[in-house]
Amino acid sequence: MTTTDPFDVLDPTAPVYTVTGGDWQDIVSDIADRHPDRIVVNMGPQHPSTHGVLRLVLELEGETVTQARVVVGYLHTGIEKNCEYRTYTQAVTFLTRADYLSPLFTETAYCLAVEKLLGITDQIPERANVIRVMMMELNRIASHLVWLATGGMEIGALSAMLYGFREREMILDIFEMITGLRMNHAYIRPGGVIQDLPPGAVEKIREFLDIMPARIDEYHDLLTGQPIWVRRLKGVGYLDLTGAVALGATGPIMRAAGYPWDLRKVAPYCGYETYDFEVPTQTDGDCFARYLVRMDEMRESLKIIEQCLDRLRPGPVMVEDKKIAWPAKLALGPDGMGNSLDHIRHIMATSMEALIHHFKLVTEGFHVPPGQVYVPVESPRGELGVHLVSDGGTKPYRVHLREPSFVNLQTVAAVCEGGMVADVIAAVASIDPVMGGCDR
Amino acid sequence: MTEPVLRGLPSSPRPFGGYFDQVADTLAVAYPRLPDAIERTVVDRGELTFHVRREYLHELALVLRDDERLRFELLNSLSGVHYPTDVGRELHVVYELTSMTYRRHIRLEVAAPDADPHIPSVVDVWPTADFQERETWDMFGVIFDGHPALTRILMPDDWPGHPQRKDYPLGGIPVEYKGATVPPPDERRQYA
Repeated sequence: MTTTDPFDVLDPTAPVYTVTGGDWQDIVSDIADRHPDRIVVNMGPQHPSTHGVLRLVLELEGETVTQARVVVGYLHTGIEKNCEYRTYTQAVTFLTRADYLSPLFTETAYCLAVEKLLGITDQIPERANVIRVMMMELNRIASHLVWLATGGMEIGALSAMLYGFREREMILDIFEMITGLRMNHAYIRPGGVIQDLPPGAVEKIREFLDIMPARIDEYHDLLTGQPIWVRRLKGVGYLDLTGAVALGATGPIMRAAGYPWDLRKVAPYCGYETYDFEVPTQTDGDCFARYLVRMDEMRESLKIIEQCLDRLRPGPVMVEDKKIAWPAKLALGPDGMGNSLDHIRHIMATSMEALIHHFKLVTEGFHVPPGQVYVPVESPRGELGVHLVSDGGTKPYRVHLREPSFVNLQTVAAVCEGGMVADVIAAVASIDPVMGGCDR
Repeated sequence: MTEPVLRGLPSSPRPFGGYFDQVADTLAVAYPRLPDAIERTVVDRGELTFHVRREYLHELALVLRDDERLRFELLNSLSGVHYPTDVGRELHVVYELTSMTYRRHIRLEVAAPDADPHIPSVVDVWPTADFQERETWDMFGVIFDGHPALTRILMPDDWPGHPQRKDYPLGGIPVEYKGATVPPPDERRQYA
């Protein structure tokens, strides 16, 4: 189908081709008559190779990309605005759905921000912090597996998709056992975590830790030395350290460019300073370097999870302050997850204060003293920050997510221009944007 | 929500604690016009915030980034906040800066009135501000002077209004079920 674009500044009469399928011969013969130097290709929001609803507008001269522009916003759901009309605990359920591949990181960043505003950061129980670290590192592995799966598939290594998702299923099973949900858990809430680890969870995680290192070796055997993989990724999508700092591209992009900037080491939270792990770094700054960084990060995460399991001690998982701690004790009953019968017996029959606390905390929520904080965490994609403003009420006045996907997409122009169209796919895959986080 | 609360905290007394004093003193030496540029310096919850007058923002940004003793190379986050009760300075933009060299973190806050929502852009100082300033324009209506292409980024390009402002009309869910509809979030039953 051929039309014209009246908004085209340079030539409103230039033809616009919509390729729908089975019409390639018509398009080619039409173009052959016109001999255009440059073609603007719209890799629209729905495309199997652009991560999610990402729209890339590429100006091509032959096979070379002369200009690359990113259009985002197709997944904007108003999460930040919605949080302003929910209590601080209810807001967790919204924020967890922003970056849907690493929800626990968004939850943790937000809860750390709320706890900083409340001033209870030191009162969070040790066990809650250990569980938070463990869940976050499991989520990091899951997110990197999705990156490997989708990135591999986009480049053409279709078996990477199968292996990545097979291992991710094991992690999602662990999450389901601990939090009740496979994704978007709302497990980490202001004050701690909502439920303790159920019996059998530690054994299940140890099983996973036994299997995973061999699987990572399998991926290396499959991909790292494979000539096609290397040719597709080496030297492609180069971004040096100056570019990364200027464009704010933290995370694996900056670490692949040579600088070991990891918030878990630089500005530790949740007790990260007490864990023994390395920050994998490469120096080449291309897609292959980012691939190696993420593979090594998976191994480091396994080390951290092992240390977490070794230091789990019995204890509470919610802060002690009854005016803040989420009151309900959830348990699995005949009709699913809900308030445990012991808790209901306690608030209905035994303690009026507990009943009042439960009612007030669930309906009204707790008050947070006014002020603003910014808390960053190291998510699989880079620095995930929450800027939280409180006006003294029970609902956040403003929640802003500094999402690494949003900021890292600014590097698309820098890594793609001058390269070939096929390298755009590899470069965007190595940036690893998640559109839910980008658009919120 | 009382007005004194939303107007913000007053200037904190010295000493600020930690590296904040060093940053404030070095900045005063490196940027001689600092007393005119800074309205308030607040230290709260372990974070340092400079409230900057918008005319001085760009110069201050260059000093913060380039001075050898400050070296705030990384702009972490650029976020808008709308305070409709802060009359005459309703639109605030908050800049989070990190010095990777010295492992320090500070915040700048700039305010502009609704009637004249212009703030100088810092894209030429920190290119990472590009998308984030576009988002602040899109969501709050803050016009960043000097931005190369200030267009909507999250909303459709021809959307009227700025959705995250406090006075933006919210919609309910018009699907009717047994005669009931879901009202907008600010009209629903609330317990606070």
